[in-house]
Amino acid sequence: MLDLINVDYDTLIPNNVGLSSDKRVLKALEKWHPGYINWWNDLIPQQFQESLVYLRTAVSVDPKGWAKFDYVKMPEYRWGILLAPQVEDRKIPCGEHAGEPAWQEVPGEYRAMLRRLIVIQGDTEPASVEQQKHLGLTAPSLYDMRNLFQVNVEEGRHLWAMVYLLQKYFGADGREEADDLLRRSSGSDEAPRMLGAFNEATPDWLSFFMFTYFTDRDGKMQLESLAQSGFDPLSRTCRFMLTEEAHHMFVGETGVGRVIQRTCEAMKEAGIEDPYDISAVRNLGVIDLPTIQKKLNLHYSLSLDLFGSEVSTNAANAFNAGVKGRYQEIKLEDDHRLTDATYPVVQLVDGKVVTTEVPALSAINMRLRDDYINDASGGLKRWNAAIAKTGVPFELSLPHPGFHRQIGVFSAVKITPEGEMISDAEWDKRQEEWLPSKADGDYIASLMVPCWEPGKYAGWIAPPRVGIDNKPGDFEYVQLHMA
Amino acid sequence: MNAPVKQHLIDPEICIRCHTCEEACPIDAITHDDNNVVVDASICNFCMNCIAPCPTGSIDNWRVVATPYSLEEQLEWIELPPQEDLAEDGADGTIEALDDEVAALLAEAHAGAGGAARAPASASKPSVNLFTAANPAVATVQGNWRLTAETADSDVRHIILDLGATPFPILEGQSVGIAPPGTDANGRPHRMRLYSVSSPRDGERPNTNNLALTVKREPHGVASNYVCDLKRGDQVRLTGPFGSTFLMPNDASADILMICTGTGSAPFRGFTMRRQRTVSGASGRMTLVFGARTPDSLPYFGPLKKVPDAILAKHLVFSRVENSPKEYVQDRMRAEKETVAAMLKSGSTHVYVCGLKAMEAGVEQAFEDIARGAGLDWKTVRDTMRAEGRYHVETY
Repeated sequence: MLDLINVDYDTLIPNNVGLSSDKRVLKALEKWHPGYINWWNDLIPQQFQESLVYLRTAVSVDPKGWAKFDYVKMPEYRWGILLAPQVEDRKIPCGEHAGEPAWQEVPGEYRAMLRRLIVIQGDTEPASVEQQKHLGLTAPSLYDMRNLFQVNVEEGRHLWAMVYLLQKYFGADGREEADDLLRRSSGSDEAPRMLGAFNEATPDWLSFFMFTYFTDRDGKMQLESLAQSGFDPLSRTCRFMLTEEAHHMFVGETGVGRVIQRTCEAMKEAGIEDPYDISAVRNLGVIDLPTIQKKLNLHYSLSLDLFGSEVSTNAANAFNAGVKGRYQEIKLEDDHRLTDATYPVVQLVDGKVVTTEVPALSAINMRLRDDYINDASGGLKRWNAAIAKTGVPFELSLPHPGFHRQIGVFSAVKITPEGEMISDAEWDKRQEEWLPSKADGDYIASLMVPCWEPGKYAGWIAPPRVGIDNKPGDFEYVQLHMA
Repeated sequence: MNAPVKQHLIDPEICIRCHTCEEACPIDAITHDDNNVVVDASICNFCMNCIAPCPTGSIDNWRVVATPYSLEEQLEWIELPPQEDLAEDGADGTIEALDDEVAALLAEAHAGAGGAARAPASASKPSVNLFTAANPAVATVQGNWRLTAETADSDVRHIILDLGATPFPILEGQSVGIAPPGTDANGRPHRMRLYSVSSPRDGERPNTNNLALTVKREPHGVASNYVCDLKRGDQVRLTGPFGSTFLMPNDASADILMICTGTGSAPFRGFTMRRQRTVSGASGRMTLVFGARTPDSLPYFGPLKKVPDAILAKHLVFSRVENSPKEYVQDRMRAEKETVAAMLKSGSTHVYVCGLKAMEAGVEQAFEDIARGAGLDWKTVRDTMRAEGRYHVETY
């Protein structure tokens, strides 16, 4: 009998989808596998490939089995195909088919739409590994290095998850798309990744933490919506991915929090009261709070662009088709069809930002972005509480959603973090007040020196409050291979 | 006052509100508002399904409370409240176990220390009572080997229990409870017996979710015969972990003097393996004084001989070897009195005594004599060490 909880290790590719009896898909995946391994090996510096990293691997998809910790060399990590257990009698949760049984096969009329959604999601997964490939070399501790690699191998697994769906359900087209996911590359001129934020550099660890907090949180919201899909295999795939995605949120939130913590502590030790006395704070070898705010502004605004246009026919069609739901769709109390509902959307009218009610169906993106903003503000609350606890007079804030936007209604105008509309000339003059300048980047880069002794941390970041898997403070999270 | 209960809590300072635990909880005991994610004490049954999926470790917090914190209280928290001081004897709020029965057994076992026991300052924080008679952990027997020679007059066994996917966080020096199945002549369930684990916290081999017990077959002992007869593949119901003071210091520079007889060696096997696994450079001295009748009745005699002297100074003493004078642990202590006296004078020494009640008086007398010879008052030294978590007795 097919065991849908425990992972099958009989094949090269661990899975709980019965691959060993699905020769066609197994063959396709085995053909794709060497390309994936090459991609991985070319990406991550050799010394780390040889190192033993304390990673968690899923051995089953029930709560007790999916976090087994052990040392593993990354190229030997068991990337696999893991779907959350099937919910019995699951129904399509939204759109015109709401209430009908969920699809176990791709419905022909939505084939192209589903393939497109899966390809876009799949494209982001390897992209972030590409963006982060240099960071291991400047890891501020073995703990952080381990967290980086955990994020990387899980992004790799998420790519596998999407590739499985493409190869299982989309035939030759799907196989071609799967190959293209390895052909495109972040920041490449010829074949860039599909979404803008995934072609930006992740030059330093503060960027990495901001990226995992803000950009991976977009990933979380997209996965949440896809987990509501009427196409059941996609829903189950995304539900399992969300459990892993939570670790990325954790790395981001605690990473930024630890940078803030260290800065505030250093200021207090040195008796610096003014958080804006940037040169005095930088003399301490920590990252000043205004620069942290600028990094936040950058990554937040890039991440908002990932939600697409506020009013979108594509999003409306996907919802109506039942292939993509809203955040927590099944917990919402409405008709799940949005035939008459409206939703408030920001628009530019005569050069002014106004909020108007539009048909809710067309505002699916806007709604998800609002849910995202709400979700993202939680961490700020806790960072600010930590700053307040040290007595430093400073508060981080999310900039206005119109700040520094390339996509959607705000892309046409220049808006300050406070929401004031300004001229292009003024923007050019003042943008370094709000976004990291080259000098800011150089300063942060100067702090990025490796600190690889177990239990030790670079001077600009505080140690974590709790170890991974409850390990003690001096645990050797990565046993470095010294060639 | 109500009997204290164990409450599962989430640390709001570490939690990132990803709600993964809420998804993992099969009985909807976890809920949240805009502020915190919280566990409803009236619903939570300690199934532990939420522990592994939590990316932060914030989920793994426990308090022993007279009255459980309400949801409203928890939702308001900015940080976890400290453990309330529930102990009435001033023993540092240390809860060894929640069952009265187990607590009584441990109090009796620790009585030889002459006062309220305390854990070493650098010991890891133990979990207690995660599994109860009503909600035991089910372990599978991985192996059962006789440690003593077939010809020896005692049958001591090394039993490895595999916990599978069940998290069972146990520290060296802690115990588990096993009640034999069935009922006694009066139709009552058999009493639970406590067994010290003899493996280190991360398992027989690193990162294996199993634990080892060292059990001696008693002629009419229902529990010990049950445990000693277990076969590979059998399932055993475990309660615990129990014990929160007889723990080893994590401080690698701590010197450890361990005195034991028979199966009293169990925790010291765990201590030694833990040190071997975690310490690579210079570390404090570990010294073992281990008494048995004969070499072939001394559990782990073979493996012990292989532990390098640099890690563990071994004094194996025998009371029934032909053509040799009887030697008991207290005799060897006296023979090594300079070393022992120097240890008593050092603030980094931790002393552990474990074995049969019968050994207690002899060891105590030896300490008293050695201390006097070195110009120390034993009672004062002992009470100071005990108050600092450096003197521990567990006898039965």
